Formats: sequence, C-alpha cells, structure tokens
Amino acid sequence: MVKRSVIPFGPQHPVLPEPIHLDLVVEDERIVEAIPSIGFVHRGLESLIEKRDFNQMTYVVERTCGICSFQHGMGYCETVEKIFDVEIPRRAKFLRTIWAEMSRMHSHLLWAGLLADAFGYENLFYQCWRIREKVLDLQEMTSGGRVIFSVNKVGGVIKDMDADMLKAILETIKDVEKELKVIKKTFFDDYSVKSRLKGVGILTPEQINALGAVGPMARASGVENDMRRLGYAAYSEIDFEPVVSNDCDCYARCYVRIMEIFQSIDIIRQAIAKIPDESDLSVPIKGNPNGEAFVRLEQPRGEAFYYVKANGKPNLQRMRVRTPTFANVLALCEMLKNTEVADVGLLVVTIDPCISCTER
Amino acid sequence: MANITRSPWLLHYDGSSCNGCDIEVLACLTPVYDAERFGIVNTGDPMQADIFLITGGVNEQNIPVVKQLYEQMPEPKVVVAVGVCACTGGVFKDCYNIIGGADQAIPVDIYVPGCAARPQAIIDGIVKAIGLFQERLENSEKESDKVG
Ligand code: SF4
Repeated sequence: MVKRSVIPFGPQHPVLPEPIHLDLVVEDERIVEAIPSIGFVHRGLESLIEKRDFNQMTYVVERTCGICSFQHGMGYCETVEKIFDVEIPRRAKFLRTIWAEMSRMHSHLLWAGLLADAFGYENLFYQCWRIREKVLDLQEMTSGGRVIFSVNKVGGVIKDMDADMLKAILETIKDVEKELKVIKKTFFDDYSVKSRLKGVGILTPEQINALGAVGPMARASGVENDMRRLGYAAYSEIDFEPVVSNDCDCYARCYVRIMEIFQSIDIIRQAIAKIPDESDLSVPIKGNPNGEAFVRLEQPRGEAFYYVKANGKPNLQRMRVRTPTFANVLALCEMLKNTEVADVGLLVVTIDPCISCTER
Repeated sequence: MANITRSPWLLHYDGSSCNGCDIEVLACLTPVYDAERFGIVNTGDPMQADIFLITGGVNEQNIPVVKQLYEQMPEPKVVVAVGVCACTGGVFKDCYNIIGGADQAIPVDIYVPGCAARPQAIIDGIVKAIGLFQERLENSEKESDKVG
C-alpha cells in the first residue's frame, strides 16, 4: 500500500497573493484529499453595522475586497435602495454599469496574469498587468481611485463622467482590445499552454450544480449562469449573451474569462452609446431603512448575494454577503482530488480565489 | 545607495487586508511602476528576504503566521506597513478580530499611508526601506568588526 502523507500548502505561498491554507493528503504524487482551512483574512466586517450607520457602511462594504470593491459597494447600495423602494436615476444606472464592467476587465486581466505566472510565463504575466494598468488609469480618471472607488452611495452615485471622459474611455478600450487580441493568441493557441491547461481540473456540469459553483467556473462547465441577466443596474437595456464553454477544464476557464474581457468592452461601448443626458445622479434618501431585502449580482468571480435587514434605526440589524469564492472553494477541493501536486498552484489560481471576499 | 553590495529581497504577506493594497503591491512590481529597478527582487521565501511588506490590520489567526515570517527573516531586516490598515487598522479598526495594525504584532519601521496605498507611495516606502536596510547592514558590519 502507498503511504499517505500530508503536505501543507499556504497560508504564505509564492503563487498565492492571499493567505489560504490547504492540507493536501497525498499518496505518492497524487492528491487524495484537500482540506481547506480559512480564517486568515477574517476581519468581521459584517459586525461593523453595530458601529457604523447605513451610509457609512457603503464604504466599509467596498472594502470587503479590493478587486471587486466597486461591485460590492453597488450590491450593498442596491439592496438598501430596494428597502427604501427608490429607483435611482437612469444615468446613475448606466454609470454603475460602466464602472462595474471596468472592474470586471481589470479583475480578469489580473487573473490572466496570475494564471500566466502559475504556468511559468513570466513575460505574459507582465503583459497582462501592463494592459490592466490602462483600465486602472480609466478608473482613476473617472472615480479618483485606482482600486477603491467610493463612488457609490445609497440612492445613486456621487461622481459623473463628462463627455471627455467617455471619449477617453472609448479610446482606451479600443487600445486594450487591440492588445488583448495579441495576447489572446498565446493563451488560446500556444502549444505548452494548451498541454498545461487542457484536460486538467475537470468539473462536470453535474458537479457544478451539486457543489453550487458560480460565475466563470460554472460557465466553463456549460452551466449558463450569469446574474447580469437579472437586469440590475442598466443591464436590462444591454444586449449580451453569457460566454459559455463545454470543455469543463482549466482551458475552458481561461477561455471564458478572456472572452469576458471582450464582452465587457462591448458592454461598455453599448452603455456609452445609450447613456442618457441627465444632471441628477442620485435620488434623495430620507429617514432610515426599515425592512429587509436581498440582491444578487454578477461579480467577476460569480454570483454575490447581499442581504440587509433594518428596523428603522440608523444602524442596520443584519448585513450579510455571500461571495462567489466561498461557493467555489468546495468545487476546488473536489477538483483537487486525483491531481498531481505540481498542478495545485495552477488549479487554485483557476478558480480565481478572492480570499478576502470569502472571509470578510 | 551606491555602496549597497547586494540586492535586498522583498517578501510580501497579506496580514488580513482587503486585498486592495496587495494588488497595488503587485502592481509595483510590474512594468509600469517596476520597483525592481531599485535592485529589489520579490521572493516568496522569508529566509531569503530582507524587506517585509505587510498589508492589513492582522487578525488573531494571522498573528502567529506574521510573527513566524518575521522571525524567519535573517538580520538585518526592515518592515514596511502598507496601507492604512497595516498602519492603524484603518476601516477595520473597530472589528472584533483585528488587532489594529501590523505594529501590534511585529516591529514596523516604515508606514505607508493610503487606502489603497498608491504604487508611488509604496515605492517611496520601499526606497526608504532600502536606505534603512543599508544603514543597518553597515551597523551590523561595524559591530562584527568590533567583535572580530
Ligand atoms: S488600507 Fe484600504 S485598500 Fe488597503 S487593505 Fe486596508 S482597506 Fe484595503
């Protein structure tokens, strides 16, 4: 019989930008089980509702995660707006859509870079991050912040994009598109990349459904699940089809994410074409929220779920976020079974883990 | 900086941050900001690192990890706290699990403010850290000369 041993992976590991710990039970080089232990980034952010009022919470919720920070703020605001039962101005909806897609672009480019690094293409990693900087410049120009925007508020947004900015966005995304087409070839056609990604980390659609995986993970296994279709913000007025692949492996996940960057570019173009000219960016909010509501939205990593309960006081009664990585970690543990130790870094990266979201 | 005899190596660890500062630290190492032009090299191995970049306010579970990483680093070493979280606890200061700043766990030399800290600020912190590292290196050489 082969001897079993346990290899600890993390919390501090070169491929991991964030701490997560996995105990890998291995037989020779094969992994039989992966046991995650989390909690290294748990801050107890949801408990801050006792000390901050519902307006201040917007800024706390944004700091759930630095990568999808805008989308967290948006999700929270939409939930509280639902309790107040207000409709935000149309322009604000479009602005939210544009920012949300920008953050998807930068998140996917960041991920593509980390993936390239994980399979040993340092140069490609740098290329992805170089392109990503252009998106960050747009974010800085429109919101004033590179990663944390703080442009959302309950009832709308606090900053506008003027005509020059919209023009600059169009120009930059054209540039990004052009450069992306070049690096896309390496990701999709390169022989070594293919042999590293194809057929690795298979998750069947049945497994996806049973484990509740979300976002690009699900779409890469042929499960068409995209919360943007619910039509929050301005998505109801935008025409798009979720990117789906039926390959179920790491290559498919790479394909889905890279194609989604192109999709985001397209969505931004549509949004800029349709954005109405209004001067109002927010509706006035009076009093305190009373009631409960939830909202689901599609973050770069998948479906996020927000729940808010309030009882007419400035401080909320309960605020809860269920983040996409939390849903995907189970799928990761399943995927790790029967793989080689050398693939662990790569597999962990393909779920696009965001630990600070997961643990809050 | 002219007489630095070796490149200081850099270790980065996320001490319960929101991730915002971590991606900015990474952005510093990529072509646009390219902190490596100051001669530093990013490493994942604490035993070879000279400069420790820590982000986040450090939670209870992370204290032993942070301390261990710090202790594994050879002398002399410099610690840079990146982001307002690592400096004071920042927005998460009042959270039950956050000890309120990296300096509650390990000695911190340089504080880089910002939420998220901008790459320019981080690079400034790194450059200051290199200076401090140099100073400490010289001091420790003098000490060993005295002893020897
Ligand atoms: S300082 Fe701000 S951006 Fe940096 S880790 Fe803390 S909350 Fe996140």
